[in-house]
Amino acid sequence: MIKDLIKSGIDDESRPYWNGLKDKKLFIQQCGDCQKSIFYPRSICPHCFSDNINWLEANGTGTIYSFTTVHQGYGPFKGETPYTVGIVELDEGVRMMTRIIGDYNEIKVDKRVSIIFKEVEEDFVLPYFQVIT
Amino acid sequence: MKSERVAAIVGVAESDLGKTPGKNVLQLQAQAAKLALEDAGLTKHDVDAIFTAGNWAWAPNLMLAEYLGIQPKYTDSTNIGGSSFEAHVGHAAAGIKAGLFDVALITYGSTNRTKPANSSFQSPLTAQYEIPYGLPTPVGAYALAATRHMHQYGTTSEQLAEIAVATRKWATLNEKAYMREPIEIEDVLNSRLIAEPLHLLDCCLVSDGGGAVIVASNRVASTLKKKPVWILGHGESHSHNTITNMPDLTMTSARESGKAAFEMAGISHHEIDVAEIYDSFTITVLLTLEALGFCQPGEGGAFVSGQRTAPGGDFPMNTNGGGLSYCHPGMYGIFLLIEAVRQLRGECNARQVDDAKIALVHGTGGVLSSTSTVILGRD
Repeated sequence: MIKDLIKSGIDDESRPYWNGLKDKKLFIQQCGDCQKSIFYPRSICPHCFSDNINWLEANGTGTIYSFTTVHQGYGPFKGETPYTVGIVELDEGVRMMTRIIGDYNEIKVDKRVSIIFKEVEEDFVLPYFQVIT
Repeated sequence: MKSERVAAIVGVAESDLGKTPGKNVLQLQAQAAKLALEDAGLTKHDVDAIFTAGNWAWAPNLMLAEYLGIQPKYTDSTNIGGSSFEAHVGHAAAGIKAGLFDVALITYGSTNRTKPANSSFQSPLTAQYEIPYGLPTPVGAYALAATRHMHQYGTTSEQLAEIAVATRKWATLNEKAYMREPIEIEDVLNSRLIAEPLHLLDCCLVSDGGGAVIVASNRVASTLKKKPVWILGHGESHSHNTITNMPDLTMTSARESGKAAFEMAGISHHEIDVAEIYDSFTITVLLTLEALGFCQPGEGGAFVSGQRTAPGGDFPMNTNGGGLSYCHPGMYGIFLLIEAVRQLRGECNARQVDDAKIALVHGTGGVLSSTSTVILGRD
């Protein structure tokens, strides 16, 4: 099970993010002082060290910063190959790891993508992205 | 400006390498430590500082020092992945300069091949935002960097393969190397894809093995039988932990660690006779050459083309056969130091670089996360 790999890490700091995904919302954070976007969730701004941090719902679009199609997977991912893991830069200015789904030939660096809320297991939703065509 | 000659590497050794099913990590380190002290002409009673890095104990220095019967007055377990040992050399030089100790023992041991470590008891903390996507680490992270470099600069798989082919040529000259059959660029391109664009032969080996390096003060070094290999300059940095948070997938913190090392040594790039550069993957080398300033960003592919880094090429690099072909027990950095010292002492027989006087050693740890650079020279 994928969730089992990380459930010991889900705590008060990260829970709003994971709960948001279950409601089909992608929450990132924004610094209340320097106004910069923040991802992953933190208790302090990595730009200005302010602890005035607010949750912000991202609009779920961005561009592919990089990607790799995986041919040798491990653990629960072993049987899924080939699959494509990417880093997406959200329009809010932060990057996140994700799966890029859809036509392999359409997946290129700098392509525009939009979010797909994927329930990979019961009660566990991940933010995947697909190329906007 | 000529750098001060305060501290030197005076002894180096590997343990058994490859597959060592009969030995645990402490045995491998003890074996390497004994051989390195013999190489230096010192005994364990001379050691007053201890350095190691590993995840085989909650406090590796305590377990190792007890096992070896050493009570140090200085101890350092800095673990920043594969570049830890270049950082240890820097820290040892700084400690010696400060007058804190005279003889540092730096060791590493791993049974990565026969008994891989299991860290699944740890909380994933910030890794929880990457783990669910199934990126195989570390190879997938390096593949992301390669994809970005190819997009940004037009770098090709053939250019990456040049590195694997040249490194294998060096391995054919090293009887301790694990993979010694010559390969061609086509062999790399035809090997199976692991994480695009990286093929199996773009990836390092998975080995068992250990190593040890002895660093001594000028005072001690000047009394020993072998000529000292001076630590002329060093630098270290780290830019991120998870690959998603690497500020620029095409530029490592070698830019900072290398600059610091070159400035401290007071030398320029053309004075480097031999380079030992961490090669967990072919892309690791290419990014490092650019970040260290041997060529401009984006020119790494052209730089390594035409077998420039192979025996007989004008940029001898990874002369033991590298992590790609000689051995790679998880954190490879200590082996780069061992080879550089042997080159500067003229001990490398068939693979000896003629009249090597100055060597650059560069470690990369994590997922392009940490870098440490050491510049070494002989009298």
